Amino acid sequence: MFSPGVVVLVGAVFLACTVEMVEALTIVLAVGHTRGWRSALEGVGAALIALAALVAGFGPALVHVPLNWLRLVVGGVLLIFGMQWLRKAILRSSGLKAMHDEDEIYRRKVAELKVEHAAVGRDRVAFVVAFKGVFLEGLEVVIIVLTLGTSAHRMSLAIVVAALAVVLVSTAGVVVARQLSRVPENAMKTSVGVLLVTYGTFWTGEGLKITWPGNDVMLFVFVVLYAVVTWLLIQLMRRAHPNVDSAVS
Amino acid sequence: MATRSSLPVRLLKGFAMFWWDFLVGDTPELFAAVVFTIGVVALLSLDGHFNAASVIALPTLAVFALAISLWRASRAAGK
Repeated sequence: MFSPGVVVLVGAVFLACTVEMVEALTIVLAVGHTRGWRSALEGVGAALIALAALVAGFGPALVHVPLNWLRLVVGGVLLIFGMQWLRKAILRSSGLKAMHDEDEIYRRKVAELKVEHAAVGRDRVAFVVAFKGVFLEGLEVVIIVLTLGTSAHRMSLAIVVAALAVVLVSTAGVVVARQLSRVPENAMKTSVGVLLVTYGTFWTGEGLKITWPGNDVMLFVFVVLYAVVTWLLIQLMRRAHPNVDSAVS
Repeated sequence: MATRSSLPVRLLKGFAMFWWDFLVGDTPELFAAVVFTIGVVALLSLDGHFNAASVIALPTLAVFALAISLWRASRAAGK
Protein backbone atom coordinates (compact mmCIF):
# COMPACT_ATOMS: atom_id res chain seq x y z
CA MET A 1 0.00 0.00 0.00
CA PHE A 2 2.73 2.49 1.02
CA SER A 3 4.97 2.08 -2.01
CA PRO A 4 7.86 4.56 -2.45
CA GLY A 5 5.81 6.26 -5.17
CA VAL A 6 2.86 6.87 -2.83
CA VAL A 7 5.08 8.14 0.01
CA VAL A 8 6.88 10.65 -2.24
CA LEU A 9 3.61 11.73 -3.89
CA VAL A 10 1.87 12.33 -0.54
CA GLY A 11 4.91 14.16 0.86
CA ALA A 12 5.32 16.43 -2.18
CA VAL A 13 1.63 17.36 -2.48
CA PHE A 14 1.12 17.87 1.27
CA LEU A 15 4.23 20.02 1.81
CA ALA A 16 3.74 22.09 -1.37
CA CYS A 17 0.10 22.68 -0.50
CA THR A 18 0.97 23.64 3.09
CA VAL A 19 3.65 26.14 2.03
CA GLU A 20 1.43 27.81 -0.57
CA MET A 21 -1.54 27.86 1.82
CA VAL A 22 0.54 29.64 4.48
CA GLU A 23 1.43 32.33 1.92
CA ALA A 24 -2.19 32.67 0.75
CA LEU A 25 -3.50 32.74 4.33
CA THR A 26 -1.16 35.62 5.23
CA ILE A 27 -2.77 37.72 2.49
CA VAL A 28 -6.33 36.67 3.40
CA LEU A 29 -5.75 37.45 7.10
CA ALA A 30 -4.36 40.89 6.20
CA VAL A 31 -7.39 41.60 3.99
CA GLY A 32 -9.89 40.28 6.54
CA HIS A 33 -8.46 42.21 9.49
CA THR A 34 -8.12 45.44 7.52
CA ARG A 35 -11.17 45.54 5.25
CA GLY A 36 -13.62 43.12 6.84
CA TRP A 37 -14.24 39.43 6.36
CA ARG A 38 -17.25 39.30 4.05
CA SER A 39 -15.56 40.35 0.80
CA ALA A 40 -12.30 38.62 1.77
CA LEU A 41 -14.08 35.29 2.23
CA GLU A 42 -16.04 35.81 -0.99
CA GLY A 43 -12.72 36.29 -2.80
CA VAL A 44 -11.35 33.09 -1.21
CA GLY A 45 -14.48 31.15 -2.21
CA ALA A 46 -14.34 32.39 -5.81
CA ALA A 47 -10.64 31.49 -6.07
CA LEU A 48 -11.23 27.99 -4.68
CA ILE A 49 -14.06 27.42 -7.19
CA ALA A 50 -11.81 28.61 -10.06
CA LEU A 51 -8.99 26.29 -8.92
CA ALA A 52 -11.36 23.32 -8.54
CA ALA A 53 -12.68 24.02 -12.07
CA LEU A 54 -9.10 23.92 -13.40
CA VAL A 55 -8.48 20.52 -11.77
CA ALA A 56 -11.86 19.19 -12.98
CA GLY A 57 -11.24 20.54 -16.50
CA PHE A 58 -7.62 19.57 -17.10
CA GLY A 59 -7.42 16.42 -14.92
CA PRO A 60 -9.60 14.14 -17.09
CA ALA A 61 -8.11 15.62 -20.29
CA LEU A 62 -4.54 14.77 -19.24
CA VAL A 63 -5.49 11.12 -18.73
CA HIS A 64 -5.98 10.79 -22.53
CA VAL A 65 -2.39 11.86 -23.34
CA PRO A 66 -0.15 8.83 -24.20
CA LEU A 67 1.56 7.77 -20.96
CA ASN A 68 5.19 8.06 -22.15
CA TRP A 69 4.62 11.57 -23.51
CA LEU A 70 2.71 12.60 -20.41
CA ARG A 71 5.52 11.37 -18.14
CA LEU A 72 8.21 13.02 -20.25
CA VAL A 73 6.47 16.42 -20.29
CA VAL A 74 5.44 16.17 -16.62
CA GLY A 75 8.96 15.03 -15.68
CA GLY A 76 10.51 17.98 -17.52
CA VAL A 77 8.11 20.47 -15.93
CA LEU A 78 8.70 19.00 -12.45
CA LEU A 79 12.49 19.09 -12.96
CA ILE A 80 12.41 22.79 -13.88
CA PHE A 81 9.86 23.67 -11.20
CA GLY A 82 11.64 21.64 -8.51
CA MET A 83 15.04 23.11 -9.33
CA GLN A 84 13.56 26.63 -9.17
CA TRP A 85 12.23 25.86 -5.65
CA LEU A 86 15.54 24.29 -4.59
CA ARG A 87 17.58 27.18 -5.99
CA LYS A 88 15.50 29.73 -4.08
CA ALA A 89 15.62 27.68 -0.87
CA ILE A 90 19.42 27.23 -1.12
CA LEU A 91 19.94 30.96 -1.75
CA ARG A 92 17.78 31.76 1.30
CA SER A 93 19.57 29.20 3.50
CA SER A 94 22.97 30.58 2.50
CA GLY A 95 21.86 34.16 3.21
CA LEU A 96 22.06 35.38 -0.40
CA LYS A 97 18.31 35.92 -0.59
CA ALA A 98 16.05 37.35 2.09
CA MET A 99 13.89 34.86 3.95
CA HIS A 100 10.17 34.83 3.21
CA ASP A 101 8.93 36.74 6.28
CA GLU A 102 5.17 36.30 6.74
CA ASP A 103 5.03 38.95 9.49
CA GLU A 104 6.69 41.51 7.21
CA ILE A 105 4.40 40.58 4.30
CA TYR A 106 1.40 40.88 6.60
CA ARG A 107 2.48 44.36 7.79
CA ARG A 108 3.15 45.54 4.23
CA LYS A 109 -0.20 44.24 2.97
CA VAL A 110 -2.11 45.86 5.85
CA ALA A 111 -0.37 49.20 5.16
CA GLU A 112 -1.27 48.99 1.45
CA LEU A 113 -4.89 48.10 2.15
CA LYS A 114 -5.35 50.89 4.72
CA VAL A 115 -4.43 53.49 2.09
CA GLU A 116 -7.37 52.40 -0.09
CA HIS A 117 -10.71 53.85 1.00
CA ALA A 118 -13.07 51.23 2.38
CA ALA A 119 -16.18 50.71 0.30
CA VAL A 120 -19.74 50.56 1.57
CA GLY A 121 -21.29 47.10 1.07
CA ARG A 122 -19.21 44.78 -1.11
CA ASP A 123 -15.52 45.77 -1.00
CA ARG A 124 -14.04 45.26 -4.46
CA VAL A 125 -10.42 45.79 -3.32
CA ALA A 126 -10.76 43.19 -0.55
CA PHE A 127 -12.39 40.72 -2.94
CA VAL A 128 -9.75 41.12 -5.65
CA VAL A 129 -6.74 40.99 -3.29
CA ALA A 130 -8.05 37.87 -1.51
CA PHE A 131 -8.99 36.23 -4.84
CA LYS A 132 -5.58 36.93 -6.39
CA GLY A 133 -3.71 35.78 -3.29
CA VAL A 134 -5.49 32.44 -3.11
CA PHE A 135 -5.69 31.86 -6.88
CA LEU A 136 -2.04 32.60 -7.68
CA GLU A 137 -0.66 30.62 -4.73
CA GLY A 138 -3.14 27.83 -5.44
CA LEU A 139 -2.15 27.63 -9.10
CA GLU A 140 1.22 26.09 -8.20
CA VAL A 141 -0.56 23.51 -6.06
CA VAL A 142 -2.96 22.73 -8.93
CA ILE A 143 -0.02 22.12 -11.27
CA ILE A 144 1.67 19.84 -8.73
CA VAL A 145 -1.57 17.93 -8.05
CA LEU A 146 -2.35 17.56 -11.77
CA THR A 147 1.14 16.52 -12.87
CA LEU A 148 1.92 14.15 -10.00
CA GLY A 149 -1.63 12.80 -9.77
CA THR A 150 -2.07 11.96 -13.44
CA SER A 151 1.45 10.55 -14.00
CA ALA A 152 1.21 8.28 -10.97
CA HIS A 153 -2.43 7.38 -11.76
CA ARG A 154 -3.32 8.57 -8.27
CA MET A 155 -5.31 11.71 -8.96
CA SER A 156 -7.87 11.06 -6.20
CA LEU A 157 -5.12 10.55 -3.60
CA ALA A 158 -3.36 13.77 -4.69
CA ILE A 159 -6.63 15.76 -4.41
CA VAL A 160 -7.47 14.28 -0.98
CA VAL A 161 -3.96 15.08 0.36
CA ALA A 162 -4.11 18.64 -1.02
CA ALA A 163 -7.57 19.16 0.52
CA LEU A 164 -6.30 17.81 3.85
CA ALA A 165 -3.41 20.30 3.82
CA VAL A 166 -5.83 23.16 3.02
CA VAL A 167 -8.10 22.21 5.95
CA LEU A 168 -5.18 21.76 8.37
CA VAL A 169 -3.49 25.06 7.48
CA SER A 170 -6.81 26.96 7.52
CA THR A 171 -7.62 25.58 10.97
CA ALA A 172 -4.12 26.34 12.25
CA GLY A 173 -4.33 29.80 10.68
CA VAL A 174 -7.57 30.58 12.47
CA VAL A 175 -6.17 29.31 15.80
CA VAL A 176 -2.76 31.01 15.68
CA ALA A 177 -4.08 34.02 13.70
CA ARG A 178 -1.00 36.03 12.80
CA GLN A 179 1.80 33.74 13.95
CA LEU A 180 2.36 32.16 10.55
CA SER A 181 5.98 33.32 10.60
CA ARG A 182 6.70 30.41 12.96
CA VAL A 183 6.10 27.92 10.17
CA PRO A 184 9.55 26.66 9.03
CA GLU A 185 8.77 27.71 5.50
CA ASN A 186 12.24 27.51 3.98
CA ALA A 187 12.87 24.01 5.34
CA MET A 188 9.51 22.93 3.88
CA LYS A 189 10.31 24.57 0.55
CA THR A 190 13.64 22.77 0.46
CA SER A 191 11.86 19.45 1.07
CA VAL A 192 9.30 20.17 -1.66
CA GLY A 193 12.13 21.08 -4.05
CA VAL A 194 13.91 17.78 -3.31
CA LEU A 195 10.69 15.80 -3.83
CA LEU A 196 9.75 17.59 -7.07
CA VAL A 197 13.22 17.09 -8.56
CA THR A 198 13.05 13.45 -7.45
CA TYR A 199 9.75 12.87 -9.23
CA GLY A 200 10.91 14.99 -12.18
CA THR A 201 13.98 12.80 -12.64
CA PHE A 202 11.96 9.60 -12.26
CA TRP A 203 9.17 10.53 -14.72
CA THR A 204 11.55 12.03 -17.27
CA GLY A 205 13.46 8.73 -17.21
CA GLU A 206 10.25 6.70 -17.52
CA GLY A 207 9.14 8.91 -20.44
CA LEU A 208 12.49 8.25 -22.14
CA LYS A 209 12.06 4.50 -21.52
CA ILE A 210 14.85 4.20 -18.97
CA THR A 211 14.58 1.02 -16.88
CA TRP A 212 15.29 2.17 -13.32
CA PRO A 213 17.10 -0.39 -11.15
CA GLY A 214 14.66 -1.41 -8.40
CA ASN A 215 11.84 0.53 -10.11
CA ASP A 216 10.04 2.71 -7.48
CA VAL A 217 12.87 2.20 -4.95
CA MET A 218 14.91 4.64 -7.07
CA LEU A 219 12.61 7.39 -5.76
CA PHE A 220 14.11 6.95 -2.29
CA VAL A 221 17.63 6.87 -3.78
CA PHE A 222 16.93 10.18 -5.55
CA VAL A 223 15.47 11.76 -2.40
CA VAL A 224 18.68 10.93 -0.50
CA LEU A 225 20.92 12.01 -3.41
CA TYR A 226 19.22 15.39 -3.90
CA ALA A 227 18.98 16.04 -0.15
CA VAL A 228 22.74 15.45 0.24
CA VAL A 229 23.54 17.58 -2.83
CA THR A 230 21.32 20.39 -1.49
CA TRP A 231 23.09 20.32 1.89
CA LEU A 232 26.50 20.38 0.16
CA LEU A 233 25.49 23.28 -2.08
CA ILE A 234 24.28 25.29 0.93
CA GLN A 235 27.65 24.71 2.65
CA LEU A 236 29.54 25.71 -0.52
CA MET A 237 27.47 28.87 -0.94
CA ARG A 238 28.03 29.84 2.70
CA ARG A 239 31.78 29.37 2.30
CA ALA A 240 31.78 31.39 -0.92
CA HIS A 241 29.97 34.27 0.82
CA PRO A 242 31.19 34.26 4.44
CA ASN A 243 30.30 37.91 4.97
CA VAL A 244 26.56 37.61 4.47
CA ASP A 245 24.44 36.87 7.54
CA SER A 246 23.32 33.28 7.41
CA ALA A 247 19.55 33.14 7.36
CA VAL A 248 19.37 29.71 8.92
CA SER A 249 20.94 28.92 12.25
CA MET B 1 -4.36 55.20 -29.95
CA ALA B 2 -3.48 51.54 -29.50
CA THR B 3 -6.23 49.08 -30.42
CA ARG B 4 -7.32 46.66 -27.73
CA SER B 5 -6.97 42.95 -28.60
CA SER B 6 -10.03 40.71 -28.55
CA LEU B 7 -10.75 38.60 -25.47
CA PRO B 8 -9.56 35.24 -26.95
CA VAL B 9 -6.27 36.85 -28.05
CA ARG B 10 -5.73 38.38 -24.61
CA LEU B 11 -6.54 35.07 -22.93
CA LEU B 12 -4.12 33.24 -25.22
CA LYS B 13 -1.41 35.83 -24.56
CA GLY B 14 -2.02 35.59 -20.83
CA PHE B 15 -1.84 31.78 -20.98
CA ALA B 16 1.44 31.89 -22.95
CA MET B 17 2.89 34.51 -20.59
CA PHE B 18 1.94 32.40 -17.57
CA TRP B 19 3.83 29.35 -18.91
CA TRP B 20 6.80 31.49 -19.98
CA ASP B 21 7.06 33.02 -16.48
CA PHE B 22 6.45 29.64 -14.89
CA LEU B 23 9.02 27.64 -16.86
CA VAL B 24 11.62 30.22 -17.89
CA GLY B 25 11.13 33.31 -15.71
CA ASP B 26 14.38 34.60 -14.23
CA THR B 27 16.17 31.24 -14.50
CA PRO B 28 16.44 30.57 -18.26
CA GLU B 29 19.57 28.49 -17.58
CA LEU B 30 17.48 25.87 -15.74
CA PHE B 31 15.01 25.63 -18.62
CA ALA B 32 17.84 25.29 -21.16
CA ALA B 33 19.63 22.73 -18.96
CA VAL B 34 16.54 20.52 -18.65
CA VAL B 35 15.94 20.63 -22.43
CA PHE B 36 19.61 19.73 -22.97
CA THR B 37 19.41 16.93 -20.37
CA ILE B 38 16.30 15.43 -22.01
CA GLY B 39 18.05 15.57 -25.40
CA VAL B 40 21.21 13.83 -24.14
CA VAL B 41 19.33 11.14 -22.21
CA ALA B 42 16.96 10.56 -25.17
CA LEU B 43 19.98 9.86 -27.39
CA LEU B 44 21.40 7.47 -24.79
CA SER B 45 18.25 5.61 -23.82
CA LEU B 46 16.03 5.29 -26.87
CA ASP B 47 15.97 1.83 -28.46
CA GLY B 48 17.09 0.41 -25.12
CA HIS B 49 20.79 1.21 -25.62
CA PHE B 50 23.01 2.60 -22.86
CA ASN B 51 20.40 2.21 -20.07
CA ALA B 52 23.07 2.27 -17.33
CA ALA B 53 24.59 5.45 -18.79
CA SER B 54 21.13 7.08 -18.85
CA VAL B 55 20.47 6.10 -15.22
CA ILE B 56 23.66 7.94 -14.22
CA ALA B 57 23.47 10.83 -16.71
CA LEU B 58 19.95 12.06 -15.85
CA PRO B 59 20.44 12.85 -12.13
CA THR B 60 24.05 13.96 -12.73
CA LEU B 61 23.00 16.52 -15.33
CA ALA B 62 20.18 17.72 -13.06
CA VAL B 63 22.67 18.30 -10.20
CA PHE B 64 25.04 20.03 -12.62
CA ALA B 65 22.24 22.35 -13.85
CA LEU B 66 21.34 23.34 -10.29
CA ALA B 67 25.00 24.00 -9.45
CA ILE B 68 25.45 26.20 -12.55
CA SER B 69 22.33 28.20 -11.73
CA LEU B 70 23.56 28.76 -8.17
CA TRP B 71 27.01 29.70 -9.42
CA ARG B 72 25.36 32.38 -11.62
CA ALA B 73 23.37 33.70 -8.66
CA SER B 74 26.48 33.63 -6.48
CA ARG B 75 28.46 35.62 -9.06
CA ALA B 76 25.66 38.18 -9.38
CA ALA B 77 25.56 38.54 -5.58
CA GLY B 78 29.35 39.05 -5.46
CA LYS B 79 29.28 41.99 -7.89
